[in-house]
Amino acid sequence: MLPALLTMVGLAAAAGGAAALAARRSERDRNRLVDEIDALLPQTQCGRCTFAGCRPYAAALANGEADINQCPPGGHATAAALATLLGREPRPVDPRFGIVPTQPMVAWIDESACIGCVKCIQACPVDAIVGASRFMHTVIAEQCTGCELCIPPCPVDCIVMRPAPG
Amino acid sequence: MARSAVRGGLRLSAHKERSTEQPLRPASAVDSLVLPLDQQAGAPAVPLVKPGDRVLRGEPVAEPGGEISAWLHSPASGTVAAIEPRPAPQRMGAPTLSIVIANDRRDEHYASSSTSRFEELSPEQLREAIGRGGIVGLGGAVFPTAAKLSSAARANGLRLLVNGAECEPYISCDDMLMRERARDIVLGAQILLHALAAQVCVIAIEDDTPQAAAALGAAIAEARDERIQLRFVASVYPAGGERQLITAVFGVEVPHGGLPADVSTACLNVGTAAAVAQWIRDAQPLTSRIVTVTGDGVREQRNLEVPLGTSMAALIYDCGGYTGRMSRLIMGGSMMGQALPHDDLPVIKATNCIIAASALDLQLRGLEMPCIRCGNCSAVCPAVLLPQQLHWYAAARDFAALETYGLMDCIECGCCDYVCPSQIPLAERFRDMKPALLETLTARASADAARTRFDARTARLERIERERDAALAKKRQELAIPRDPPAQHSPRLGGKS
Repeated sequence: MLPALLTMVGLAAAAGGAAALAARRSERDRNRLVDEIDALLPQTQCGRCTFAGCRPYAAALANGEADINQCPPGGHATAAALATLLGREPRPVDPRFGIVPTQPMVAWIDESACIGCVKCIQACPVDAIVGASRFMHTVIAEQCTGCELCIPPCPVDCIVMRPAPG
Repeated sequence: MARSAVRGGLRLSAHKERSTEQPLRPASAVDSLVLPLDQQAGAPAVPLVKPGDRVLRGEPVAEPGGEISAWLHSPASGTVAAIEPRPAPQRMGAPTLSIVIANDRRDEHYASSSTSRFEELSPEQLREAIGRGGIVGLGGAVFPTAAKLSSAARANGLRLLVNGAECEPYISCDDMLMRERARDIVLGAQILLHALAAQVCVIAIEDDTPQAAAALGAAIAEARDERIQLRFVASVYPAGGERQLITAVFGVEVPHGGLPADVSTACLNVGTAAAVAQWIRDAQPLTSRIVTVTGDGVREQRNLEVPLGTSMAALIYDCGGYTGRMSRLIMGGSMMGQALPHDDLPVIKATNCIIAASALDLQLRGLEMPCIRCGNCSAVCPAVLLPQQLHWYAAARDFAALETYGLMDCIECGCCDYVCPSQIPLAERFRDMKPALLETLTARASADAARTRFDARTARLERIERERDAALAKKRQELAIPRDPPAQHSPRLGGKS
């Protein structure tokens, strides 16, 4: 009776350990996959894919909770690269998520109209706007990803999108 | 004598005999000189004159338009006729803003304030002085010399390499310069040594230029400068490529994405050294250069000292005009030169050679055939690349692989094209592919930077949230359990019995 009991307990423990190990390994593999997907994304951080940024979208893709055609800033090239990486059917970007830009755009603040409310600074996901309360703000064009997230919060509508310099 | 060779490369027939038969002579003066403002690498120069202004020979007419840019000086006395877009050879005939000077043929000199006693200046001052002479790399890259010296001077234990290894077939302007102005080159090397605070200088020349070697040897002996020595490299194309020459002479390789300064070397062309000497010693800024006019399509093949801005048509006329066999005009050598659409283009600082090519000079390319993976191209590649793989990945526009296989290290020398049995224009493909690859690399770098900033911002917002929660919790705790309860709130004390 006792040897049988010990055997069963031992087997259960071994199986549990193996399962935990496998879980940890699959967790590591998943993280690596998320990194690989994230590397293909344009890092605009615009949230147009309905996720909170590029990495959350990458995590959703890795979990099979999102489709490959949800990134308008990345365009068809990114959709194709994601399809290749994930072994899915290549498809063009779904227009419901937004229009694929024809050229890189950056935000531009009309500094004469800016009232210095810092709302756009809070909205910018990549810290590309400088300024302080009641001082005019300006966009660092080289660091702007063109996500357009600063446009809706502006109370005086003084931000417009312009073609990226250079 | 010790002789070093480049890896790979080709032994090509040099076609230099005919253009070096006759001594150097000045080109005939012309009435109109056209100076494109963007003829140097980097930012275009900014004009200092306006139409109608009178200028003297050697007078500055445009100043540098940025950190990497160069001065421009008038090559003749006369008046500024116009500042307008004119066709330029570096843009394959497309117009670019140029200063047009009408030559009055009086040849009045501008009194440039250069200094002949360069030893008294600090290296920084001397580099700045060199910049004011409008001097750029005359090997063909036209990189502003002052900027090159300043960036190289930061390296420790710097060696100066003066490049007299004429890279390409047909070009003989450096050979001619070494024969006729060896003293200028040696003086230029001494000035450059001072400007770089360096103690070692090697003048490297190819082993098939005996007259140049003799002249330079004599000039070095005359200067009695132990810092300067002459070295020979095998005459293998592209021995005169900057990176190839450094490897051949010093046995070190310039790293991927690096500069010669990373291996403690500053490499300058002999023409640049001579121009530096003429500016510092004689106060003559860079207003002319030696140009080889050669090819079977021109009557008189020779080297001329040509004022910048002289039209190529006038230069060809000066050399007796075209022969009946003339077929194509090329600026540069036969391997890397650019075909020009017409000859109404000015000679610029980069114009080392003009080939009026006949069918005999041109190797007409046949029909392109599929790559048979023979590997001839990788055997001759002086940059130690695998052109057959690059060709493959360029066709697929696989930028990740192109970067891995080192497309950006391609020097576009054309050796791979030359040996390709399938007649694939490999170098041209690679040249076309580079801007797209660069764009991809830049986009990736800026995406990585955006990710870093996004992560930093997320971490910062989380930290602020945490700190606020902690402060709130602390405050709540303070309010809920007062440390020292006030006495009047206690029912046991204030009550009446």
